[in-house]
Amino acid sequence: MKYLDEYRDGPIGRALAARIHRAATRRWTLMEVCGGQTHTIVRQGIDALLDGAVEMIHGPGCPVCVTPLEQIDKALALAARPEVIFTSFGDMLRVPGSDCDLLAVRARGGNVRIVYSPLDALELARRHPDREVVFFAVGFETTAPANAMAVWRARELGIPNFSILVSHVTVPPAMRAILADPANRVQGFLAAGHVCAVMGWTEYEPIAAAHRVPIVVTGFEPLDILEGIAMAVEQLESGRHEVENQYVRSVTREGTVPARTLVEQVFELADRRWRGIGTIPMSGLTLRPAFADYDAERRFDLGTIRVSEPAECRAGEVLTGQLKPRDCPAFGRACTPEHPLGAPMVSSEGACAAYFNYGRYRAAEPAEAG
Amino acid sequence: MCLGIPGRIIAAHDDQGLPMGTVDFGGVRRDVCLAYVAGEVSVGDYVIVHVGFAISRVDEAEARRTFEALREMSQLDELEWMRATADAALDTLGEDPT
Ligand code: SF4
Repeated sequence: MKYLDEYRDGPIGRALAARIHRAATRRWTLMEVCGGQTHTIVRQGIDALLDGAVEMIHGPGCPVCVTPLEQIDKALALAARPEVIFTSFGDMLRVPGSDCDLLAVRARGGNVRIVYSPLDALELARRHPDREVVFFAVGFETTAPANAMAVWRARELGIPNFSILVSHVTVPPAMRAILADPANRVQGFLAAGHVCAVMGWTEYEPIAAAHRVPIVVTGFEPLDILEGIAMAVEQLESGRHEVENQYVRSVTREGTVPARTLVEQVFELADRRWRGIGTIPMSGLTLRPAFADYDAERRFDLGTIRVSEPAECRAGEVLTGQLKPRDCPAFGRACTPEHPLGAPMVSSEGACAAYFNYGRYRAAEPAEAG
Repeated sequence: MCLGIPGRIIAAHDDQGLPMGTVDFGGVRRDVCLAYVAGEVSVGDYVIVHVGFAISRVDEAEARRTFEALREMSQLDELEWMRATADAALDTLGEDPT
């Protein structure tokens, strides 16, 4: 409880926790989809606070973590080419590929640059007509509108030396895959508020109905999460399975229509591999044929990419909620944020990094407690 | 990259047909694309920004709350990075790194 006490709204938080404990006549299992929510839950000790009433399973909503190894290896191959300026969000630079990461490629002379926005990458292309600028287009529905606009503008402004390496994933197919797994334990979801700010929640309605699970669109702040959990538990206790919106401050049912529209014009649904999980049908985005010229995988011959995952990393089980990070044998030993074996230890949105940073490794490492 | 950061639009301009704005994030200023909220926002409004794009409008109280929450979660790395390098990186956009 000490974690929530450190939060400025501790008393409201404890009242919400009491509401959840009162409502729960049994122990329910919920999954938060978004890595930002995982971060809050672990940092504020919300899982411990709700012990006995609710078990929180951490979902696959960390874009850095689920980017498949072959896409990382393609990024490494592109970044090593002399004619390429490879651009990326900062989070991707330390994600381990089969034998190194983007930082290592840069140390060996690769031209790798961090950009804040894909429009910065486009601007680089405009200023370097003699070079090929490639942007690593990763992420969920929150980054797709930005990446769609960069490609749209490249065509509009006639910038030929810009392309993107696409590794976009979308949330609803992953939820469906988790629910369809015979080993599934998830009884309700907290959907990611920021994803829904873009997309709205109409896609979740058939999932809630078909699988009879409550889905609550939830923000990422501690009180948001507690309220989202309370709403999900109250639905479960009364036998309802609806899409409800906790995050009314920022989310509407339709989302941000101009952003959705451009994403649909530039991208189409495609099968995608999720790192540690495998291929989920129609779970990602790829460029539409009209924009194929801007697809780095078509523009460059990358040959055959052979990938090898480190055998010790159990990221797949962590990302699907079957294993808590501290139960991975490498956690805090061979695998730390300084020397990550897997992506969930790299990203600030990754579950392994959240457990490590907030001291949740002590249960597995009694010798280091103190 | 997934959590949006709230900021206040302090100026608006047009970049070859693309609505852009200068957004202040607790003292750090950045160019942000306003195309997805065009018509809904004007200078002085608060918006949630994802990787350089305003995605939704928020009120001032919500913007402050979210900003504080991000700070408490030490999730403002993106902003810290922007503060440290973004403007410099844009200024030197035309040069190759050493
Ligand atoms: S602790 Fe490290 S090795 Fe274990 S699952 Fe997490 S990232 Fe992989």
